Amino acid sequence: MKHLLSAGDLSRSEAVTILDTTAAMAATQEREIKKLPTLRGRTVVNLFFEDSTRTRISFETAAKRLSADVINFSARGSSVSKGESLKDTALTLQAMGADAVVIRHSASGAPHVLARSGWMTGAVLNAGDGTHQHPTQALLDAYTLRRHLVGLRGGVDPVGHGLDGQHVVIVGDILHSRVARSNVELLHTLGARVTLVAPPTLVPVGVEPWTCEVSYDFDQVLDTEPDAVMMLRVQRERMGGGGFFPSALEYSRSYGLDARRFARLPDHAIVMHPGPMNRGLEISADAADSPRSVIVEQVGNGVAVRMAALYLLLAGAGDASPPGHAENPAPIEGAA
Amino acid sequence: MTTYLLTGARVLGEAPTDVLIADGKIAALGSDLTQGAEAADAARDAQRIEAEGLVLLPGLVDLHTHLREPGREDAETVASGTRAAALGGFTCVHAMANTSPVADTAGVVEQVWRLGRDAGYADVRPVGAVTVGLAGEQLAELGAMAQSAAAVRVFSDDGRCVADPVVMRRALEYAKAFDAVIAQHAQEPRLTATAQMHEGVVSAELGLAGWPAVAEEAIIARDVLLAEHVGSRLHVLHLSTAGSVEIVRWAKTRGIDVTAEATPHHLYLTDELVRSYDPVFKVNPPLRTEADVEAVRAGLADGTIDVVGTDHAPHPREDKDCEWAAAAFGMTGLETALSVVQAAMVETGRMTWADVARVMSFEPARIGRVADQGRPIAVGEPANLTLVDPDARRVVVPQEQATASMNSPFGGMELPGRVVATFLHGRPTVLDGRLVEGR
Amino acid sequence: MSVPTDGLADGGRTTEIFDPGDMARALVRIGHEILERNHGAADVVLLGIPTRGVPLARRLARTIARVEADVDADAVVGDLDVTMHRDDLARQPVRTIGATSLPPGGIDGKVVVLVDDVLYSGRTIRAALDALNDLGRPRAVQLAVLVDRGHRELPIRADYVGKNLPTSSAERVRVLLDEIDGRDAVLLNGDVR
Repeated sequence: MKHLLSAGDLSRSEAVTILDTTAAMAATQEREIKKLPTLRGRTVVNLFFEDSTRTRISFETAAKRLSADVINFSARGSSVSKGESLKDTALTLQAMGADAVVIRHSASGAPHVLARSGWMTGAVLNAGDGTHQHPTQALLDAYTLRRHLVGLRGGVDPVGHGLDGQHVVIVGDILHSRVARSNVELLHTLGARVTLVAPPTLVPVGVEPWTCEVSYDFDQVLDTEPDAVMMLRVQRERMGGGGFFPSALEYSRSYGLDARRFARLPDHAIVMHPGPMNRGLEISADAADSPRSVIVEQVGNGVAVRMAALYLLLAGAGDASPPGHAENPAPIEGAA
Repeated sequence: MTTYLLTGARVLGEAPTDVLIADGKIAALGSDLTQGAEAADAARDAQRIEAEGLVLLPGLVDLHTHLREPGREDAETVASGTRAAALGGFTCVHAMANTSPVADTAGVVEQVWRLGRDAGYADVRPVGAVTVGLAGEQLAELGAMAQSAAAVRVFSDDGRCVADPVVMRRALEYAKAFDAVIAQHAQEPRLTATAQMHEGVVSAELGLAGWPAVAEEAIIARDVLLAEHVGSRLHVLHLSTAGSVEIVRWAKTRGIDVTAEATPHHLYLTDELVRSYDPVFKVNPPLRTEADVEAVRAGLADGTIDVVGTDHAPHPREDKDCEWAAAAFGMTGLETALSVVQAAMVETGRMTWADVARVMSFEPARIGRVADQGRPIAVGEPANLTLVDPDARRVVVPQEQATASMNSPFGGMELPGRVVATFLHGRPTVLDGRLVEGR
Repeated sequence: MSVPTDGLADGGRTTEIFDPGDMARALVRIGHEILERNHGAADVVLLGIPTRGVPLARRLARTIARVEADVDADAVVGDLDVTMHRDDLARQPVRTIGATSLPPGGIDGKVVVLVDDVLYSGRTIRAALDALNDLGRPRAVQLAVLVDRGHRELPIRADYVGKNLPTSSAERVRVLLDEIDGRDAVLLNGDVR
């Protein structure tokens, strides 16, 4: 793994390795001393062309817990806001010796351009690009799902496991959601069944090959007793004149996780939201604040997932193959 | 003026013939011209060009070239663009109006026309804007442009659609006065407000805003009906979807005076290439699906689509070395068009070289009302000729092209065919595949 | 006992240094030495370093529990992963991070005996000392290894050694354990001098 650009690039074994590494990282975060020397001397640049304090802080915390040097480079107030191109920014970061660039950009594909351009040699980690991908969000969602549905509920150590047989419902603005795209690909790779629920105007044309089902009827999908419901943020500017739905009220009536729908969830089912929430629009307080809501835990898991991603991208020598056991080579078979 | 003797050239891909070029015209045609009695002297003194195995075509005519001058000389100039045209086998190009200032007055079109004449690598026929400033609101002075030295016969707001149906109707009607044609860039603006690529399976996955086929088809459907209603000529630029082919086919069977153009890239490339997020594949209209490419090829082969136009759209490096959404729309194409048509149409058995001559020379010249271009290869006709080696294969290297820009989507691809020589009114602009300098 | 066998992995010859009986005797001896040196098992905690230090630590704990009646083997043994404290991460492919688990009583104020299979450069033990530092504050730290093959690069020595095995750096020492590899053995692979 040289870069982490898209959840769809991950094989099942790579994805499981990241989740297992996340578990190891999460364990270290329960200790009194949370800082590890692992990435000492490495430089991680948070390159944020789009404001997202939450995601930036999560990555920054992850990098610092691994002792990497962190440079925050946000578009606002920097040369980028004066018209500097992505190319010049990349060349600058290369000159500064960035080992990894965590990039957040409003243009879909910007991390891919950065990774393939040859402008810089460091690892590129996609922290959300336009309406395309947000792989670490999907990984933290998968980690949270695995912990609850396979570990706590299934009663087994989830390490090494995927999400086989779990049914995850993702509700909301699929069209503009990088979280949905990333999750559909990753959760499917891990063996889960995914159902997308949205008004038809918020489902992309060309969704047919996606590895999921699509429904316009939230209540009907709830009848199938899903294991998890993930509510996506709906932006109010999407409605109104020529918009995607007539009114906030109509949206929440049909697609909101209100008290009535929340009560219909199976007892074991968990409620997720990538944040920030629009309480009263896509999710009610009853659902958001219930013990079955793992929304706050998602945020915490975000740090561990990003530590795992940074570790796997940066700790090894160059272009690393999947983790192996270099110190303890396989025994010599047949030697007697 | 030097005379030239092409020996053994296959005219439109047929049996080998000698061709004698003198005084800007085709002076003689036949086998063993040096042996005949009267033509013999001239032929013996002529510069011989061994053309055995090579295909001789009428000089190619492009109805759709962005030469960028005036205004964006960092991307292309009339001089650099016509040099690229000559290397691509073209003897005539139509320079689109979306320059800065816009070619919406007689002054601008005459300037472009003169720049072309001075450069001397291809006849430059300016296209006039349909509306003032390409704004789509008020008709430009089509009459003044038509009657200028540039004698404009093609009007287009290309780059933008004449979206207002009333403005389009008036333009179609008004152009009849000087036998001109309105060339429409068919793109419903409201349906494509933030569009980045073809709307479909790939755009859904890549999270790029979609440019739906219906935005093109709806305008073409409207315009053919308008053209029928007012009895005018309509030319559809860069038709790119299977639905558009169907609509034009229907219009033609109905007797509507419509012609249509396909670009080399819409004959050869699909939206799958966008997965790389490499802006070199960003173009308007966008690359479509394999089914669309197949329909456009079929439409070109059966005559529904009349011409291949390059939509050569050079852009400076900084407009392509960036994020997809920030990048400019457009691809260069003059130096690869003939090769792409050979690969897509000739090598697939769908067209002969005579068909290539029809769609890349005869028909574009007829639609553009260019009197001395796109003429048959016959004695007494102007010697605008292109000699092609159909057996050559080459890998496209954008850095080595004559165009001032590098945004070729074919970079690194191996394509068939090579232009060996181009003659413009009897003078070579290209010999041995290289530009003839000092014209 | 030294039985030459066919070399497989690296060419050259493979010599069996320990057979299962040798290994069992060495571990019993180390268990006794730990008790002797610490005047019993009070406050002793055994931490195995993954991968093969983990089962070795468990075997030593069982040995100690057999001698000291009041010792519960499971309560004095744990695992200490050192991956994230290594100084050679950037030189090798990415390593899988192992589990760290401390015995219920923790390590503060305890005598921690680190257990590993082979002591070589000493860098793994350096990483283990750092990792330990982040977890708590033991009263003392000791080191038990099955094989000490020399070539130290740091001022580190083992307190308990199963076998001192002089090697050349071109040779490879491999410890096989029943729990992981299906049998117990110590193999020396390379040219025999």
